[in-house]
Amino acid sequence: MITTEQLKHWYTEMLRIRLFEDKTQELFLRNLVQGTTHLCQGQEAVSVGVIAALEAKDYVTMTYRGHGQALARGMSMDGIFAELMGKRSGVSLGLGGSMHLTDARLNMIGCFAIVGAGLPVAVGAAMSAKLRGDGRVSVTFFGDGATNIGTFHEALNMASVWKAPVIFVIENNLYGEYTPMRMTAPIDDLAERAQPFRMPGVVVDGNDVEKVYATATEAVARARRGEGPSLLECKTYRHKGHSRTDPGKYRPEAEVKAWLARDPLIITGAKLREAGALTDDEDEQLRSEFNAQIDAAVELAQAAEAPTLEDARQNVYAR
Amino acid sequence: MSTLAETQVGAQAETRELTYREAIRLALEHEMEQDPTVLLLGEDIGDAGGPFKTSEGLLKRFGSNRVFDTPIAENCFVGVGIGMAVTGFRPVVEIMFADFLAVAFDAIVNEAAKYRYMSGGKFAVPLTIRAIGGGTGRFGAQHSQTAESWFTGIPGLRVVAAATAPDAYGLLRSAIRDPNPVLFFEHKGLYVRKAEMTTGERGLVPIGKARVNRLGKDVTVVATLLMVERSLAAAATLAEEGIEAEVIDLRTLHPMDLDTLRRSVEKTGRLVTVEEQPKPQGWGNAVIASLAEAGVPFKAPPVRIALPDIPLAYSPGLEDAMLPSPASIAETIRQLVRGGR
Repeated sequence: MITTEQLKHWYTEMLRIRLFEDKTQELFLRNLVQGTTHLCQGQEAVSVGVIAALEAKDYVTMTYRGHGQALARGMSMDGIFAELMGKRSGVSLGLGGSMHLTDARLNMIGCFAIVGAGLPVAVGAAMSAKLRGDGRVSVTFFGDGATNIGTFHEALNMASVWKAPVIFVIENNLYGEYTPMRMTAPIDDLAERAQPFRMPGVVVDGNDVEKVYATATEAVARARRGEGPSLLECKTYRHKGHSRTDPGKYRPEAEVKAWLARDPLIITGAKLREAGALTDDEDEQLRSEFNAQIDAAVELAQAAEAPTLEDARQNVYAR
Repeated sequence: MSTLAETQVGAQAETRELTYREAIRLALEHEMEQDPTVLLLGEDIGDAGGPFKTSEGLLKRFGSNRVFDTPIAENCFVGVGIGMAVTGFRPVVEIMFADFLAVAFDAIVNEAAKYRYMSGGKFAVPLTIRAIGGGTGRFGAQHSQTAESWFTGIPGLRVVAAATAPDAYGLLRSAIRDPNPVLFFEHKGLYVRKAEMTTGERGLVPIGKARVNRLGKDVTVVATLLMVERSLAAAATLAEEGIEAEVIDLRTLHPMDLDTLRRSVEKTGRLVTVEEQPKPQGWGNAVIASLAEAGVPFKAPPVRIALPDIPLAYSPGLEDAMLPSPASIAETIRQLVRGGR
């Protein structure tokens, strides 16, 4: 049973991610974050719900749209903003950027900008846990588009054959970059792709953090019991475009409108209000507190130094 | 009192004759007995002992938690190796034919090579990828490439090529101990070659050092893999004609031991590179460019001996004709030294 307190914590986490991403978008438009950035507004419940089902020892791998998972797992906001702004104080010394957020202390062992590349790595980490018998599981986040690439099928197959304790989480936001999923896959529910590999494939409302948490908890428990991998399809929606300045104009207006009404913050916020656990004033207060934290982190990052060529040189090879 | 590891290390030390194949197998066995985090992954490497029998008996000795038969999915199992490497193990992945490295190109070039860098130095990837390449086997265009130059331009990778049994043993053990991804190239035409060698710690060969196999004053010949013995055979023929070729086995292609090459060419003034890859992208290009850039004085323009810009042919006579032979290598060197070129 999920307590109101838990739900409220998840709400505040989702809110924090939302405000972080809004600021990231602003920084990108002001050219303070350069290159590219992939925002996750609208998908926060997936990150928060799945991460909540994990223990600190578990492994997490993710993709270029990974800010939400990084924050939900507890990665330092100062460190992420600094990374986004290419600073030496960034979580990856400013050498990685928006698409490569990792943190060894949080067992966030990989963040990949090649579609599908994280799945085999997650299976490898799961096998390490299995060989040591340390009870860890490995969770890997990826988008709907990744289910069309070879490594998805190869990794599910290998994980199943080896009974690897891994949870494959599809964040199905209905678009592989700019192209609707219905044009690139012959099925509606990507969770069906678990069946040939003889593992559970579950569809879940990815905008409902409680449901995401409950489903992830079950998959994690199964993996920890040594029963092998699961595939979770979290149906969700990207409020913004794919990346950079993409306004997402290729999406039908009615579709966008319907999904905006199903905003995870609205869904969970309504439940909390109904339970008398959240007021508009309190919500405003939370927002201003987070915005103050965010502004402070951005200020810190702006003042930080850039990495040097020597930093770059020193981090190509391990000694 | 000695520790178990020390006892094992002592037991590994021996001088004996081994084939290149046995040397590979023994290097794996020795690293596995010394370091319980060393794992093997690959196609048919368990009960079958590997397509070239380089892991024969290792499943039986170390068990199924150390030796893993994988599905035929190179990009995936290299990625799995990366995941194991960043979480405490030292996997050795076997690529049955070096040509199949192309299937795993993303895992190697975009993931393994850049993993440490993109994380700002947080992770090391102690992963060894063994790739069995090379012609002479009548395997045709997709099972005969040596492929070592596909990876020499990638920061984050080390690239090693073993031409003899002692180097196969010593370099492979060094590769497994290296905290970085190492591509370890073997040549299937060399598996039956025998050599007297030292095993154990004294048999280790450092990565990054070329070896001068034969001293000579007239010309420097740099080669890898099967081309090393063919170059040595050519040098023996030329010696009878009064041409003294210095033959260097490059051994590590990245990072390249330019100091050794430079010292040799400064002495001889002539350079020939001999490799089993199509000329346009061979490592000979980098050797020549680097030495030219370093201002090494050449008495004559350097020469590349490589495959023509044609995939290797199946037809036996044609395959033989396409591969540099001792005779063709000797003839090229002869012309260079006598000023015919």
